[in-house]
Amino acid sequence: MVKTTGASVEVRLPSRLGFEKVAMGTAASVAQLMGFPPDRIEDLKTAVAEACINAIEHGNQLNEKLSVGVILSASDHELEVKVVDNGAGISKQPAKPDIDRKMHGEEDPRGMGMFLIQSLVDEAEWVHDSKGTNSYVRLVIRLDKENE
Amino acid sequence: MQDGTRATRTTIDRTSGPDGATLPVLRFSGDISAASKESMFGAWRNVSGGGPVLLDFSKVGHIDSGGVGLIITILVEASKAGQKVAIFGLTTTNQHVFTLLGIGTLAGLHKDEQTAAASL
Repeated sequence: MVKTTGASVEVRLPSRLGFEKVAMGTAASVAQLMGFPPDRIEDLKTAVAEACINAIEHGNQLNEKLSVGVILSASDHELEVKVVDNGAGISKQPAKPDIDRKMHGEEDPRGMGMFLIQSLVDEAEWVHDSKGTNSYVRLVIRLDKENE
Repeated sequence: MQDGTRATRTTIDRTSGPDGATLPVLRFSGDISAASKESMFGAWRNVSGGGPVLLDFSKVGHIDSGGVGLIITILVEASKAGQKVAIFGLTTTNQHVFTLLGIGTLAGLHKDEQTAAASL
């Protein structure tokens, strides 16, 4: 197995929908090198895709002059993924989507990306700077998860 | 990269139900995102408001949250019209996502077409 501890991989994506696939593929490759099982890799791919779509659509407002940074950092026991955009970030953590409320038109059928991210990784954190010009989401998946 | 890498294709097919009745099947392929609206809803309009319907995801790769939103919209419309819907052919990942979001409360999630048809 390739030694991955301390390795860092960075990708810059244009703010154009579809390019989240590049980040998904990169994250999957690094996670595979680290020895994550296939189901955890699939969860990570979905979480990374949602984070990138949020960054492209909401953070950078589909402005193709701005890029989305994806930084993957491997350590002994975990893989950290930061998805960075030029937006102001979010003001509050996402609530769990309520299917009943969606059924009755009381909740937007969309707006599930952040909940999915939180559900699919071991740690998710949304961070923004005080100027409101930079924000990132930090995702972590841990190698010992399957042994818990 | 072209938008085509995310394109969704939807075809309308027919299959036999448990009592020999013919059931419409919407067969999706490709990835499903917010950009899939025209393809999915265009086909859905042809079967909405009628009898039970099957949704086939066996040729679908990635479904993002925008795509899930479209599927929920279809299921809500069906529910309001009293129309039964059964889903089959989800990948393990997509089944996980649907379960996390509680979509199983809106439509049955089945392994294959036969089981899904038998549930309606």
